[in-house]
Amino acid sequence: MMKPLLEVEDLRVRFHLRTGIVEAVRGVSFQLGRERLGIVGESGSGKSQTGRAILGLTPPPGEVTAKRLAFDGIDLLTASRRTLRTLRGGRVSMVMQDPKYSLNPVMTIGEQIIEAYQAHAKASRAEARDKALAMLEAVKMRDPGRVFSLYPHEVSGGMGQRAMIAMMLVTDPDLLIADEPTSALDVTVSMEVLRILDELVAERGMGLIFISHDLKLVSSFCDRVLVMYAGRVVEELEARNLREAKHPYTQGLMRCLPTLADDIRPLPTLNRDPSWAL
Amino acid sequence: MAGSPALSQPTGLRAWLLSPEPASRWQARLGRFYLGWRSFTRNPLAVIGLGIVVLLIVVALLADVLAPYSPVVGGDLRTQRLLPPSETFWLGTDDQARDILSRIIHGSRITLFVVVLVSIIATPIGLLVGTIAGYLGGWVDTVLMRITDIFLAFPRLVLALAFVAALGPGIENAVIAIAITSWPPYARIARAETLMVRNTDFIAAVKLQGASTPRIIFGHVIPLCLSSVIVRVTLDMAGIILTAAGLGFLGLGAQPPSPEWGAMVATGRNYLIDQWWVAAMPGLAIFVVSLGFNLLGDGLRDVLDPKAAK
Amino acid sequence: MLDIQNLKVVFGTGRLRVEAVKNVGFTVKQGEAYGLVGESGSGKSTVLRAVCGLAPITGGRVLVDGKEVTTPRSKDFYRTVQMVFQDPYASLHPRHTVDRTLSEPLAIHGEKDAEARILQALKEVGLGPSFRFRYPHQLSGGQRQRIAIARALILRPKVLLLDEPTSALDASVQAEILNLLDDLRRRMGLTYILVSHDLAVVAHLCERLLVMRHGEAVEETAADALRSGKAMSEYTQSLIQASQGFTRNPSQPTYAKVG
Repeated sequence: MMKPLLEVEDLRVRFHLRTGIVEAVRGVSFQLGRERLGIVGESGSGKSQTGRAILGLTPPPGEVTAKRLAFDGIDLLTASRRTLRTLRGGRVSMVMQDPKYSLNPVMTIGEQIIEAYQAHAKASRAEARDKALAMLEAVKMRDPGRVFSLYPHEVSGGMGQRAMIAMMLVTDPDLLIADEPTSALDVTVSMEVLRILDELVAERGMGLIFISHDLKLVSSFCDRVLVMYAGRVVEELEARNLREAKHPYTQGLMRCLPTLADDIRPLPTLNRDPSWAL
Repeated sequence: MAGSPALSQPTGLRAWLLSPEPASRWQARLGRFYLGWRSFTRNPLAVIGLGIVVLLIVVALLADVLAPYSPVVGGDLRTQRLLPPSETFWLGTDDQARDILSRIIHGSRITLFVVVLVSIIATPIGLLVGTIAGYLGGWVDTVLMRITDIFLAFPRLVLALAFVAALGPGIENAVIAIAITSWPPYARIARAETLMVRNTDFIAAVKLQGASTPRIIFGHVIPLCLSSVIVRVTLDMAGIILTAAGLGFLGLGAQPPSPEWGAMVATGRNYLIDQWWVAAMPGLAIFVVSLGFNLLGDGLRDVLDPKAAK
Repeated sequence: MLDIQNLKVVFGTGRLRVEAVKNVGFTVKQGEAYGLVGESGSGKSTVLRAVCGLAPITGGRVLVDGKEVTTPRSKDFYRTVQMVFQDPYASLHPRHTVDRTLSEPLAIHGEKDAEARILQALKEVGLGPSFRFRYPHQLSGGQRQRIAIARALILRPKVLLLDEPTSALDASVQAEILNLLDDLRRRMGLTYILVSHDLAVVAHLCERLLVMRHGEAVEETAADALRSGKAMSEYTQSLIQASQGFTRNPSQPTYAKVG
């Protein structure tokens, strides 16, 4: 067994609010190799906070603690700001939900990719430009040269998200964290974006953490799935064995979705057992 | 992203106020008020500001009881003119041998009168103009906002001067002059807030219930604009007090022998070097009250308008 | 109950002119649930908004109960047709308690007996009287959507327009709301028009549906046909496939797992 890319042990994220302490993530542990890991949960399950904590992007007044949080052997909790900066966006990247808010509106897409590349690699402008164009081609932009000089508001949501992926992958990261990368997109577009993401991850042998609320999507896309509930991992399973899920929460999540295949009514609802949150 | 519930559990009255399941309209409203009050009192400066404003109100109400001497009739002009602060005259006496403390205490009534009257006149005008312009849009918006711009273009003191010059000096005219120059900013704020809420789903929802336009504006839009306008009005109070004092100083506001603070500073000007207290004491009163309103406004903004707090 | 003929909706003029809906027509019978499916920009929500008067009717006719609607809509129209919005966080007034939100339509229409009807409305959507004086921020997303449904139903309308009523909710909450809507329709004999991007949700709630794309109707089909995969245009097929989850193209290089 190879050394894991990412080790997370007993990760906790606490928010000190006026009303008291709220623990959004309560002791999450997992290891990630060069594989596709899905994190699934409903709103408030702490799935996004887990992703953010790994990158050190927990918004204040959040506080992150862990027994171990290491990327490729580098302890992320004790690492200097400089080390973190070079890791972030360099070897670890993140794709957010809505490209509208994560792309800079006053810079062209090409400029942004070049900037992302030059921030982490010593490259001349011409090299960076070639790299950016190649990257735009890799995300299946029909006319990379044109997209290069467009502003984010001039492209559609799907194209924006592909541009975002291009920007995040231009530095050849080892780990990509994708937080609901397709929830703001239409289904057919999101399948396209996922296919591109899938190919790039496979080609480059990256580790991928795919955070989503959509159990069906995650299980069809990832190798392994963590199911989170109230800040904890309640179940970890191989994606293809999802049908054999043991935890009642996972089972409930599976069943409560209406499907085209059969017509069950009323839909089974989820009875939340307070003991799941313990 | 809340995981587990908050840890502390309140009891008694607080529990009733903070109840997640209020049993009546009143409990819901009081609970809301209590939450606001709690975050307000967390800011000590705001509490000081509130204290100053409350003090102003109390002093104005009880002026007759609190003032040791008459504010208008002076003492012996030969022996009691321009006395420095002492045990008999805490803040000294002026050129008419009147006790400055008594005059400041009675002057608080005039200040409060100005403040209350200006806010009663200017706030509703600003709110109405702003929300109607913002909600209806189109030519109504254009016309109302151009009118607002015209008023906004006049420097407040100059317009007030012209107004007072036309209508004759006196505190009431000063108030009207200040009021008609201070509503435009409120109209702009109310319009900006209205533009934000007018396309929201909850406004669309009341429209779909068949609500009339006035009903939507008064029942649904104004309550959302009210808090930011109140904050702005409170913050403007200091400026209003200063303008009123400025008019008094120029002899265009309250007329002698009325103990208006600005006019008192004006008379003290002649003795500024040797008898500094004559001008300094009412000046200090203007300063403290203005500061009080500013601190209060800042505190209210943090509570009512969290967006603007940073 | 509802008859839409050659509906056309145009926003803006000149260079900014956008034809959001182009000649769309369908009829919905009393007590039926009809779905409008499509991706963003397909004009499905605009159809709904044009019916209730939030968007202009540029061409064509909208008939409710055999009568053409007037612009502006009459008070009677609002007693017949009500709407539930997509985002329960945006559709409730943040400064109004549940009580105020529910009493507003009663007050507008001069209805008596507000107290009893509010409690009744809360009961219908599965909430107890303890919710009556809460503010929206004291409610979860699902509870808010229940209040929005209660508000729409309190005037006893015959037609309910549902604009993506569950897409802002978690899956488990979605199931609860869908069950509630299903149940209410059966009990009150309501007519639904449901707009959604989710084929499974539409097929679950509706008998018939219209697939829309770029402001045009692609095909009208029945939920049963959708389930059995019969008689479908290519576009509908691609929507169905996409809704089944991600599929890996077998011709792509297979992924080698390390570790």
